Amino acid sequence: MTFSYFPGCTLKTKGKELDRCGRESAEALGFELQELAQWQCCGAVYPMARDEIATRLSSVRALAAARDEGRELVTLCSACHHVIKRVNGDMKRDPEIRDKVNRYLQLEKPYAGETNVLHYLEVLRDRVGFDEVAKKVTHPLTGRKIGAYYGCLLLRPSKELGFDDPENPRILEDFIRAIGAEPVVYGMRNECCGGYTTIENRDYAKKNVAKIMANAKACGAEALITACPLCMYNLKENSEDGLPVYYFTELLAEALGLKEADA
Amino acid sequence: MSNSDLMETIGRISGVNPRKCMKCGKCSGACPAYDEMEFHPHQFVSMVESGRIDELMNSRGIYTCLSCFACVDRCPRSVEPAKLIEAVRCACLRRQGMDHMKPEHIPAILDEDLPQQAVTSAFRKYRK
Repeated sequence: MTFSYFPGCTLKTKGKELDRCGRESAEALGFELQELAQWQCCGAVYPMARDEIATRLSSVRALAAARDEGRELVTLCSACHHVIKRVNGDMKRDPEIRDKVNRYLQLEKPYAGETNVLHYLEVLRDRVGFDEVAKKVTHPLTGRKIGAYYGCLLLRPSKELGFDDPENPRILEDFIRAIGAEPVVYGMRNECCGGYTTIENRDYAKKNVAKIMANAKACGAEALITACPLCMYNLKENSEDGLPVYYFTELLAEALGLKEADA
Repeated sequence: MSNSDLMETIGRISGVNPRKCMKCGKCSGACPAYDEMEFHPHQFVSMVESGRIDELMNSRGIYTCLSCFACVDRCPRSVEPAKLIEAVRCACLRRQGMDHMKPEHIPAILDEDLPQQAVTSAFRKYRK
């Protein structure tokens, strides 16, 4: 199984572990992430303004490149996934946006949303299967109580993302079970960490994170996992004596025997 | 810009019809930024409908919306309040000299762990 892969800017810099552990685990699980030969930053936020075309172009270039390779496009960062998946939806469903983008890009073959966009977790669930993941685990994380932190971007708007139940998701809990750990369900796992507002008003992000951490701790979580570098930053840097936070691929690599556990 | 022009601009940018709102308030119930907005999401929708755009453009809430899409997901009428907030913010930022964040603000904010994603998204949200 080979997929086209869009890593995104942060995975090449501050979020290298999310990327590295994801690629190495993929290999161990029998699928390959073939990075697109060329890609540009997705812009990190989906352009909700319908009249913005320029901010959609980098996503469409990546989507068209994957189509030309005849593959599905896999993302790992929640934000990249959110942006690329929704822009793909625009290209499928909004003729005005589609026409403007195609007139601008002048691709050999116009793009109309043909590529299927998958998040890495969807590959684990729907292509590999969590049962198969569990069979490949050599170092199960037995006894570790892990809280899944979903945040916003993987889940909502659920009509467009189609990722999981937005109110009561389970994909990350199923993942946690597959690597041998115990999932801790807590109510605020799909609440916002404060996102980009940490740049403008850090205290505001701190308030959001404090509520999430308190809730996760009260429910018995000993660590959290996320798929988003900005959630990672907010959860770690905007919280006082918060729980340790890992990228989900770090724990996957650990369970597959590819990475030492943190001391 | 006249008020009717502004309303047309908001409609064009957002693609949202605020008249679909049935005022159930679920958007505000779901909003994690509720306490940080002087006009809460359900009020925001109603004010767009009644043409009170200037007040919204001058409100702090257009910068505290987290774009978490909780309001979009919970709305039983598919009004998509987040898109209206984005449209009002765009209408504001697209005016000359109205950027909410400038590149020269960034160095002071940077720290070793801040992901590129944070800076990029803030620029997309606070500056045109």
